Amino acid sequence: MSNTSFVALFPLFIGLSVVLFSLGVIGVLVRRNAIIIFMSVELMLNAANLAFIAFARSFNQIDGQVFVFFVMVVAAAEVAVGLALIVAIFRSKQSINVDDINQLKG
Amino acid sequence: MLNLEIIIFGALALITVVAAVMMIIARNAVHSALFLVVVMSSLAVFFLGLWAPFIAMVQVALYAGAIMVLFLFVIMLLGAERAGARLLLAWQAPLAIGLTVLVVLLGALLLLNTAPFEVVDLPAAEITEGTAEAIGQALYSVWLFPFEAVSILLLVAMIGAVVMTRQETRQEARDERKKKSL
Repeated sequence: MSNTSFVALFPLFIGLSVVLFSLGVIGVLVRRNAIIIFMSVELMLNAANLAFIAFARSFNQIDGQVFVFFVMVVAAAEVAVGLALIVAIFRSKQSINVDDINQLKG
Repeated sequence: MLNLEIIIFGALALITVVAAVMMIIARNAVHSALFLVVVMSSLAVFFLGLWAPFIAMVQVALYAGAIMVLFLFVIMLLGAERAGARLLLAWQAPLAIGLTVLVVLLGALLLLNTAPFEVVDLPAAEITEGTAEAIGQALYSVWLFPFEAVSILLLVAMIGAVVMTRQETRQEARDERKKKSL
């Protein structure tokens, strides 16, 4: 069995990436729990990573994979700051429903 | 052997999409987090199939491991499993879903009208595999400046997280000092 023919499914990979990204968008728009919104953002980043890896494989370049590495580092930094923000908001508001966070002053 | 690969892809894609949908509609935030772990693990399998073993391992260790543990930790710390179920604007959800589907369909239409993209299937010996060695070579030569910039970003994020959670204790310390001086 040849190991290389996964690349023949390239359009399907891009399609899957699009589907996952739009599911992430729907999650951000529909859910009101700040943590679930955050997880939907992670889903969007993962969908972009899948597209990066599929393109890297189809162009036979390593740069796409290096860029996925950077996306992962940025996602880790974003999660650290974002979750600290959510904890700080929960401390002052006792809620992480984004509809309750409607004042400029805490 | 293309059929076998289509079957593998289809099964994994089905698992990924179903887990992603369940992540969005699950009422309990802990269930959502666990479904996201399923999505990330199956994406790691896709990465392995696309000759990116290092990224696949990082995906499992960093995303499915570290980041999701952080999420679960915060969910359980706040006791926020069931928070935020109700919607303030009821018409918002169907509108959001409809607009997203519309945008995706428009994009698909645009793509189908452009010239098809030719993918060449190289012999195995000519494929650049994303091993730790290959990625390290690229990272420390071409991508050296972004690599250093990202290290500063991580430092800033670390300081940001500490400052964000310390603010309250500093306020308390100031109040205490005021009380003492009075």
